[in-house]
Amino acid sequence: MSTTSRGTTVRLPQLGESVTEGTIGAWLKQVGERVDKYDPLVEITTDKVNAEVPAPVSGVILEIRAEEGNTLPVGAELCVIDEGGTAAGTLAPAAQPPAASEPASRANGHGAGTRPPRAGGGEADVLRTRSSPAVRRIAEEHGVDIGRIQGSGLGGRVTKQDILRYVDEQHAAPPTPPVEVAPPPAAVRAAGRAIEEIVTGPRPGEIVARPAPQPAAPPPPVAQLPAAAARPEVAIWEGDQVLPVGAVRRQIAEHMVRSERTAPHVTLWMEVDMSGVVASRARAQERFRQEEGFELTYVPFVIKATVHALREHPYVNAVWDEERIIRRKAINIGVAVALDDGLIVPVIKHADDKSIVGIARAVRDLALRARAGRLAVDEVQGGTFTVNNPGTFGTVLSTPIIVQPQSAILSTEAVVKRPVVVEDAITIRPMMNLSLSIDHRILDGLSAARFLGTVKHWLESVRPDTPLY
Amino acid sequence: MATKLLIDAIRDTMFEEMRADERVIVMGEDVGKRGGVFRVTAGLVDEFGENRVIDTPLAEASIVGVAIGAAFHGLRPIAEIQFFDFIHPAMDQILNEAAKIRYRSAGDFNCPIVIRTPYGGGVHGALYHSQSIEAIFTREPGLKVVAPIMPSDAHGLLKTAIHDEDPVLFLEHKKGYRLVKDEVPDNDGAIPIGKARVVQEGSDVTIITYGMMLLESLAAAKKAAEKDGTSVEVIDLRTLRPLDRDAILGSATKTGKVLIVHEANKIGGVGAEVAAMIAEEAFAYLDGPIMRVAGAEVPAMPYSPPLEHAYLPNQEKIGAALDRLAAY
Repeated sequence: MSTTSRGTTVRLPQLGESVTEGTIGAWLKQVGERVDKYDPLVEITTDKVNAEVPAPVSGVILEIRAEEGNTLPVGAELCVIDEGGTAAGTLAPAAQPPAASEPASRANGHGAGTRPPRAGGGEADVLRTRSSPAVRRIAEEHGVDIGRIQGSGLGGRVTKQDILRYVDEQHAAPPTPPVEVAPPPAAVRAAGRAIEEIVTGPRPGEIVARPAPQPAAPPPPVAQLPAAAARPEVAIWEGDQVLPVGAVRRQIAEHMVRSERTAPHVTLWMEVDMSGVVASRARAQERFRQEEGFELTYVPFVIKATVHALREHPYVNAVWDEERIIRRKAINIGVAVALDDGLIVPVIKHADDKSIVGIARAVRDLALRARAGRLAVDEVQGGTFTVNNPGTFGTVLSTPIIVQPQSAILSTEAVVKRPVVVEDAITIRPMMNLSLSIDHRILDGLSAARFLGTVKHWLESVRPDTPLY
Repeated sequence: MATKLLIDAIRDTMFEEMRADERVIVMGEDVGKRGGVFRVTAGLVDEFGENRVIDTPLAEASIVGVAIGAAFHGLRPIAEIQFFDFIHPAMDQILNEAAKIRYRSAGDFNCPIVIRTPYGGGVHGALYHSQSIEAIFTREPGLKVVAPIMPSDAHGLLKTAIHDEDPVLFLEHKKGYRLVKDEVPDNDGAIPIGKARVVQEGSDVTIITYGMMLLESLAAAKKAAEKDGTSVEVIDLRTLRPLDRDAILGSATKTGKVLIVHEANKIGGVGAEVAAMIAEEAFAYLDGPIMRVAGAEVPAMPYSPPLEHAYLPNQEKIGAALDRLAAY
């Protein structure tokens, strides 16, 4: 922040290591509203962290300079607080344009005293925002949002007594019909898995790779999206439960809509005889379990086959960028990992450097850390192709949505024993379908089928003695 | 049932057990004619004679070593170490022989001895007469360690210790000898080793303690209840090994906040083991840090009265920790 005669400018704080930008969520305070120091002002979402920016000083909001939905760099101006002001805007809002691109270093250059408060800085902050094991356990058992409870402990901490009292009060309150939010069928959840990506906006790496801005206007996009039509009112019926949409959910939804609208999706299916892979896995399993300490699954084989096919058909490992096509050198495979409350798509960087076992290790490592919430930001970025495995949940066909700005996504379906015709005889084979959605702007049926055929051929060529290392 | 001092409860129990079983003998420095430096064994030699109440040389290794040998040959010796501070020469006998013989002989031999010794400070005893070094022994898998402070508990645990088929270290707080009294049953009421006692029930914070710190903890708990209405559960461990897992975890899960208090220094003390047990097994129930109030990290009890006072935990220090924990 910086203090001027006209007020204190609040800037986007550094929210975590290697986080360089954040998306403005809902404003919790409006222009003219009175705020106390530490009051949350605005929600910020990044690809890994959701945070609230607290007020660095008490005063009145003079001006809001960052619009909801905008992705801004660290240090960008968010709003101005007038420390001497009174509520309801006795001072006219300033007409200065926002200096969103001002670097963070300059914003912080006024010395330690003017730094914006860091998320999770002091002990008091930790006490207020982190709950003890007992409180978390009780919150989980009763489905309570700890943030809604007034804390009476040290530094405003929610104590065990506080949450027990809250739970008691909830029980004592007049009963409301229980929320029966039926979970979506596994297949539906699974199908959405790889395609939900919570990153929006350009990534740092891509900004660097971009050439200097051209003076001439870029050619118009292939398809102009119609502005969102006026949305008809949805009636609320008696007994309905109206739930707010969280920032992550909203980002997923926006990304899905954006992907479906920008990329004309075409989905192809091929069936694969998995006999060789099944035999190879069965043969290696015991030794693998002993040496690696976990189970070998079919997924590393499929990723290996995909990597091979991407090398054979580099036009799939590419990005449609309107006036040009970027063929990626790196083969970075995004792998969908299911979480309790959603999913995340960590990326195996340079997957073409890895053996089948190497891929297995990488998948396991990323999945474990994803579930533990320990992924670094860089590890969920930079994918060039995505593999999704709804087959784990029993699906046999799906129509995945592409993770933008990639050009295709592959779903592996369940391995199912089926009667098939081999050399004019009916025999039983473990069969698996592959579902490939492509962006028809960059790929066509022929090129996509060639790519998918290569994946299929690679998998069907696996023998029990195919090296895993 | 009679109201007895700690010292009388221990002495009377020895009388009872020696009358009941002639295999029980007492041995140690000045335990016979002198009746012990604290008079714990006073009168025993008059009733049971010099063959069963034996004055030994000033040689702790021999006292314990002879007791071990006698136990192998069918007796039930009670060996007294005059001060806990003097036990070090007998370490080899206690830790290497008594504590390990059942294991080493695959159960062919066992060692039913009781080693009684006065410990603890606050009596102006300085370096060699004040130490609380129980943690050296509580880490030994073959040894039971008890430290009752209430006379009724001392009575019941000494009975059980004498009847135990394996070695028991029996710690007597010397400050408590003539200070702590309660109702003690006559020749009855054996108390199992390994059972703590909930001295006072509460719901906000648990204090886990033993020895003289039980009294300080109860005083601090009373004050906290009067001052802020804090409901403190107070547990007397009584046995330091094996620890009463059920009592410790039961109370920790109930209150979610635990304060451990002992006179011995903090690092590597009995409290460290209690804290580790709770952290390992009751983590999900904790609503605050496990805290400890313990003796200072200096080599021994100072002689200077103000420094001795500064060394020892007391109800004020415990009260301050209680306040912090209750408010957490």
